[in-house]
Amino acid sequence: MMVINILGVLLIALIVWWFWLYREPAAAMEAGEVTIEVKDGIYSPAHIRLKAGQSLSLKFIRRDPSPCASVVVFEDFDVSEELPLNKARKVELPPMQPGRYPFTCQMQMYKGELIVEKAADAHG
Amino acid sequence: MDSEHQSAQGKPCHQHGSSAQAAAVPQQVLMIEGAGCASCVGKIESAIHRVPGVQEASMNFVERTVTVTGEVSADVLIQAVEQAGYGARVTSEESSAELLDEKEQADREYYKRLLREMSIALGLGIPLMIYGLVIGEMTVTTTMERVAWGLVGLATLAVMLVSGRHFYVGAWKSVRNHSANMDTLIALGTGTAWLYSMVVVMVPDVVPLMARHVYFEATAMIIGLINLGLALEVRARGRTSEAIKRLIGLQARTARVFRDGREVDVPIEQVQKGDQVRVRPGEKIPVDGVVSDGHSSVDESMLTGEPMPVEKTVGDEIVGGTLNKSGSLLFKATRVGKDTALARIISMVKQAQNSKPPIGRLADVISGYFVPAIMIIAVISALIWLNVGPEPTVAFAVVSATTVLIIACPCALGLATPMSVMVGVGKAAEAGVLIRNGQALQTASKITAMILDKTGTITEGAPRVTEVVPVGDMDEASVLRLAATLEQGSEHPLAQAIVESAQDRDIELGEVDGFNSIAGHGVEGRVDDCSLLFGNEKLMRDREISIDAYLEQAQSMAAQARTPMYLASGERLIALIAVADPIKEDSVEAIKRLQNDGIRVVMLTGDNRDTAKAVAEQLGIEEFFAEVLPEDKSSKVAELQQQGEIVGMTGDGINDAPALALADVGFAIGTGTDVAIESADVTLMRGSLHGLADAIAVSRATLRNIRQNLFGAFIYNVAGVPVAAGVLYPFFGMLLSPVIAGAAMAFSSLTVVTNANRLRLFKPEDH
Repeated sequence: MMVINILGVLLIALIVWWFWLYREPAAAMEAGEVTIEVKDGIYSPAHIRLKAGQSLSLKFIRRDPSPCASVVVFEDFDVSEELPLNKARKVELPPMQPGRYPFTCQMQMYKGELIVEKAADAHG
Repeated sequence: MDSEHQSAQGKPCHQHGSSAQAAAVPQQVLMIEGAGCASCVGKIESAIHRVPGVQEASMNFVERTVTVTGEVSADVLIQAVEQAGYGARVTSEESSAELLDEKEQADREYYKRLLREMSIALGLGIPLMIYGLVIGEMTVTTTMERVAWGLVGLATLAVMLVSGRHFYVGAWKSVRNHSANMDTLIALGTGTAWLYSMVVVMVPDVVPLMARHVYFEATAMIIGLINLGLALEVRARGRTSEAIKRLIGLQARTARVFRDGREVDVPIEQVQKGDQVRVRPGEKIPVDGVVSDGHSSVDESMLTGEPMPVEKTVGDEIVGGTLNKSGSLLFKATRVGKDTALARIISMVKQAQNSKPPIGRLADVISGYFVPAIMIIAVISALIWLNVGPEPTVAFAVVSATTVLIIACPCALGLATPMSVMVGVGKAAEAGVLIRNGQALQTASKITAMILDKTGTITEGAPRVTEVVPVGDMDEASVLRLAATLEQGSEHPLAQAIVESAQDRDIELGEVDGFNSIAGHGVEGRVDDCSLLFGNEKLMRDREISIDAYLEQAQSMAAQARTPMYLASGERLIALIAVADPIKEDSVEAIKRLQNDGIRVVMLTGDNRDTAKAVAEQLGIEEFFAEVLPEDKSSKVAELQQQGEIVGMTGDGINDAPALALADVGFAIGTGTDVAIESADVTLMRGSLHGLADAIAVSRATLRNIRQNLFGAFIYNVAGVPVAAGVLYPFFGMLLSPVIAGAAMAFSSLTVVTNANRLRLFKPEDH
């Protein structure tokens, strides 16, 4: 029984680490445009790193027919866009201050994040 | 995945490289169908390359598009792609109507797919469940039973792969991506039940005798029920966007334009700015424009909510999407495509429908942590059953963990706010009220005080001269001529009234020198070598012009809600002119609606106190700010805010911009559709103040609906999860079946969408 309890606690620790504590390395953005595929419950890439003061154009392509995936919301910028199925839809974002800005579907099931770094940091 | 991205990100550079040629050689983009893997790219590109005339072909795999440079017809290219075993079609910039058709088509297909998957899953699940209920326990004791249940287990696996594939793929991908969603819970729940059952079948010895129970029926039933719930939700969601469908439906598909001296019907996308367009009676006006010939009445109710048709003649603006009723009109197109008022309204409503009011933030924060938290609760629940539960502990642990995973519904929580906003914003648009975003919607529902700018908001905004009283030896016509000549350069509505009055009397105006506008007070300038001053009492006092003898007369004008103005030549008063701006027919009733809603209504005007008081009395308004200079309007907003009020400000959206911006919610009131859509939180398309009362009624109803949804979703999860974990078992011996949990979960989000749809029946005018 002891073994099972220990395994259970380890499982809980794993859930906490895997879903809450782990920080995924972000895909750095080279050009001013990134294409994001919306499919099977995830944005890919989901984490995008860019420099502060850089404007950004994200091209979303939805492959998931479920209506949950049909809108992407950037709450910090009050920007939302309806994503047609199997078609590219551009979302233009203004230059940003350093920080982390999530983007999600309306129900927060699809999750992505823009990681905006100070211009100097990004160079280093 | 990585190779897909590389190809996606590598391609644009390639395309840029060829864009220089594009200046001379035409380029076209084809949409490719059936390209399932990155290796298709090469095949498709080379198939196109072989077509004579093609200079360059580059495919973007992620977008499933191929950009072709060269003098070649699209049909030939499509044929080449089809011969290579794929499908292709030409892409073009689609209108909202086409996009909507495609969306509906995609939704229909998805709906059918979900129903198909549901039938397969329930086809296995229902007989199994009936067997369990009628025949008895689904236990594994004999070898025969092991074989039989083993086969059922394989059939269940087939159901999982066919009907539940999207849950498992979604769950796997999101877990790999360190995120968790509804798919994760369903996959874990059904997967646990199936895996445990298979262990019982394959290696029964590791499970105590009492716990050798299989749960294949739960897996199949849950997958079936959740697919059913999703299908019904897709249907219900379709109805939430009916308002936008109606707006999109207003767009005409063709227009009759003059080309080479002939009238020809062309698709709406081909209408150019400057085209002469013909609209016959009973036809929709295709784009925005200015009437160049003809006379007709136009029904604008679909955009403004204003029931009375509006007369249109040469020089008047007409708006695309409205209906030409009586006569034939020829007009010059001034705004086409995405620039038309209707297109901008559609895009604004869509944007607002997708934005979230702050009330949804807490639910968002919770749903961010929700799924992993439920997973943890499932583990804890299983551990408690294993440690202190009755025999067979393993079976109880599995059932409780599965049920917890299945019953939790992050979707209901996530859907609660957006669905209501979608319907509420659409409902408002139907009433001619454009709400900018969720924040404006929420604040509008909480407004406690409303400032109404008098001119143009409460009144028609088209003042008329009611009295001209010469003082001294000049006659009415002469003083009116001087005043009108002086005012002809001014944009002020009162100035326009003076000029119009002179024109009505066929008085020829002279020329003005040294015109100067003294904001909020009046104007000055030289006409016929006379130095003139025209304005209110304060202006006269500032310039020390004696008006005392005429004050009583001015006050009696003001008491009749007219605005008295003084005309002075040099240092001597020469006339008293009264101007009245008629109150809009329905202002009194609309203001009463606001007051009945418990809102403190305050009128604001540049008029003198006496006139303001008389107007306020007619309207039934107790509070007013009079003699307010244009630049002081915003300080009045601030004054009410300091008193703790949540202040709405209603104005024409142009002159009142700073006050509208400072107010908690700025309402721009437009007559017709000629409104500053960009400047305000809420735009009222028609001139009536009823739009204002409608806006507040809709926003309150929407917020009420959101609260109901959020409350329902919270309570459902807060009560459902512990019951699923088995908190009732020690008291009542009751443990929820995973199948019941599946049904509850499937219908909880459907309930949220259905409740939001109730808002469609809301009638703002009844409130």
